[in-house]
Amino acid sequence: MARIAGIDLPRNKRGVVSLTYIYGVGSSRAKEILDKASVDLNTKVQDWTDENIRQISGIVQNEYTVEGELRSEVQLNIKRLMDIASYRGLRHRKGLPVNGQRTKTNARTRKGKRKTVANKKKVTK
Amino acid sequence: MARSIRKGPYVFHKLMTKIEKAKGSKKKQVIKTWSRASMIVPVMVGETIAVHNGKTFVPVYVTENMVGHKLGEFSPTRTYKGHTGNRK
Repeated sequence: MARIAGIDLPRNKRGVVSLTYIYGVGSSRAKEILDKASVDLNTKVQDWTDENIRQISGIVQNEYTVEGELRSEVQLNIKRLMDIASYRGLRHRKGLPVNGQRTKTNARTRKGKRKTVANKKKVTK
Repeated sequence: MARSIRKGPYVFHKLMTKIEKAKGSKKKQVIKTWSRASMIVPVMVGETIAVHNGKTFVPVYVTENMVGHKLGEFSPTRTYKGHTGNRK
């Protein structure tokens, strides 16, 4: 059982893929980590030795901010933007896209499910 | 793309002279500016800067964690009061 940064890694996947299950580790970081620990990228998690696991979890914990710590860091950054009342902060507050995307259509990820307005008149010529 | 570090942060030069003058004088005064693209630099902390939003000047009291942002970010250019019957 490989438990790194409080996350159980899927045992039957390749090491690089498996590490991306950690919040804050994507494919390039996963590759970096395995290179540092000199573990083959394609070795499945179940074939890692205890020594490998120890080393990898050491690298993850000491060199990167991951999981809870990273989440709270991101939240703090957003909170800072909201507190100083910058444009980006206001967008976060309203739950609208922050990076200047259009909102006439789309933007559903930020705005959530469509709220249909009853009896909204269609614009006709 | 980020601005070259060699050039330093962009601050409209006239705004800079105004700020230096305000720093020198004791009494508080609001500095009016149209330069929304100017970066907020540490010397501005504690000043109140009125940033034009295309219509009026919005007073912005500069605090420490605003440093590194642009003045325009604190002076919204659009008014949106919500749709009719959209009360929360």
